[in-house]
Amino acid sequence: MEKTVQKSNNVNKHNRWGYVFLIPFVVVFVVFQLIPLISTIYNSFFENYKSGLKQVGPNFIGIQNYITLFKSGDLPTYFKNTMIMWILGFVPQILVSLLLGAWFTDPSLRLKFQRFFKTVIYLPNLIMASAFSMLFFTLFSDSGPINSILVSIGIFAKPYSFMSHIWSVRGLVAMMNFLMWFGNTTILLMAGMMGIDQSLFEAAEVDGATATDIFFKITLPLLRPILIYVMITSLIGGLQMFDVPQILTNGKGDPMRSSMTLIMYLNKHLFSKNYGMAGALSVILLIITGILSMIVFKVSATNEK
Amino acid sequence: MSESKANKQTNSVHARRAIAYIVLIILSFLCLVWFYVLFINATRSNNQLKSGFTPLPSKYLVQNMRNLFNGATPVVQGMINSLIIAACSAVLCVYFSTMTAYGIHAYEFKGKKAIFTFILAIMMIPTQVSALGFIRLMNQMKLTDTYIPLIIPSIAAPVTFFYMKQYMESNLPASLIEAARIDGASEITIFNSIILPLMKPAIAVQAIFTFVASWNNYFTPNLIISSKMKKTLPILLAELRNSDWKTFDMGQVYAMIAFAIFPVIVVYLLLSKYIVGGVTAGGVKE
Repeated sequence: MEKTVQKSNNVNKHNRWGYVFLIPFVVVFVVFQLIPLISTIYNSFFENYKSGLKQVGPNFIGIQNYITLFKSGDLPTYFKNTMIMWILGFVPQILVSLLLGAWFTDPSLRLKFQRFFKTVIYLPNLIMASAFSMLFFTLFSDSGPINSILVSIGIFAKPYSFMSHIWSVRGLVAMMNFLMWFGNTTILLMAGMMGIDQSLFEAAEVDGATATDIFFKITLPLLRPILIYVMITSLIGGLQMFDVPQILTNGKGDPMRSSMTLIMYLNKHLFSKNYGMAGALSVILLIITGILSMIVFKVSATNEK
Repeated sequence: MSESKANKQTNSVHARRAIAYIVLIILSFLCLVWFYVLFINATRSNNQLKSGFTPLPSKYLVQNMRNLFNGATPVVQGMINSLIIAACSAVLCVYFSTMTAYGIHAYEFKGKKAIFTFILAIMMIPTQVSALGFIRLMNQMKLTDTYIPLIIPSIAAPVTFFYMKQYMESNLPASLIEAARIDGASEITIFNSIILPLMKPAIAVQAIFTFVASWNNYFTPNLIISSKMKKTLPILLAELRNSDWKTFDMGQVYAMIAFAIFPVIVVYLLLSKYIVGGVTAGGVKE
């Protein structure tokens, strides 16, 4: 009896250290994230910008900034641009990743050089996005090597101006996003596929199921939680799309702002010091990502049970 | 009958294997061809580049690099700046994330569950949404154009924290922590001298990922840094895009992109074992 009491005291004494170990995280989080976030929300209710040399505001204007954002039509347009470029990249990404994941984990295929292929497809993910888009800009410029190759093999009669057509710019952004993320998604899906009970596959094979049957009737349904996780985290990442279109189009989102994303728009307001609009835009992004991450949270929680 | 069926099955496996290799080779080509063209073009002179593409390297690589280093853009300084910021961020991030995870993992205290849930809840919130308040606060604290706003925030990294916590759950049982408590040693000493070494594999993986994320970051440094000599590589690349690049020596432009990309590829190939293996553990709970 005496001993237990002493032990629990001992544990209690240690347990105070839990708080000490959390101090750095909490302090840094409050100073560099929480206070800025509150200040951002606060600023979203004020009119506060520079018009030439004149400073307007800060004046409290309620939700006027939000109304302007929706009414001016900019927010819906940029949201649409962001979503189009995300979908164009995400659909091939998830299809290719599912296929590669199924192949890599299929014991009857026994693919060789797996490590080599995985290393190669993951490589673009680590490349600095700004360098990668600068590279694509030079490669696809009017006098760049891609046009030079396409003209010399006779696909085009004269160089195609990739940077001045809406769908070629969006296509390039989507392709870069695809290249940068399909390796990562493949590896995530593979982990999920390897977690599936092998005896299910064996039983299905004994029953005469083909590889296609097994993929659609066993692998895919059991992967559902991970697929949802991958999709929503990719969507949250997609909403933050910035480096690639920003540098590819030099921050203009050309042609005709058809490749301008939400964060590029935010960046523009931050640079022109239009704090009210930047704040309102941030709050809208916060709400969207908040809802999306709650879905991830729910899915992961049910997955754990 | 059953033999022919078995034959058919081996044939179909062969066919599927062939398709798999073809698709994998095409995808590998799509991943690598850009860097091949980059390498070729970095070795060619401006005049050669203007006359169209050739698949074979030329001999101007050294010349292009020399022009780049003697040019107006401080690329070497930019790389040193990027290295300093990324290395400091990685060290602080893994050390304090491990510490936070240990605080939650090893001790029982009031509010522990609430704090853990809170960190998970904010994990997905992008830093961009608080950027406005962040810049204004850094302005008030006179920290703009310094590296502090780029390094210190990495101490509070929910994703790294979560990875460390997961790793501790499977590799650091309570009995081990109990055994690690040497008489007289403080909890901080135990953490530094016993727990940290046990966490080495997880620390290596997360240090690499944090380093890469910071190295590649363009959004925040672009808002914070304004002096030329303090700029990081991504900012310098964006400025290259912003300048009137048509008048540029294209050999030098390719040399600069190559300078930003190839060191990363070399390091990646050396560390790819840890990186590819570390991807899964960060996201999906097994």
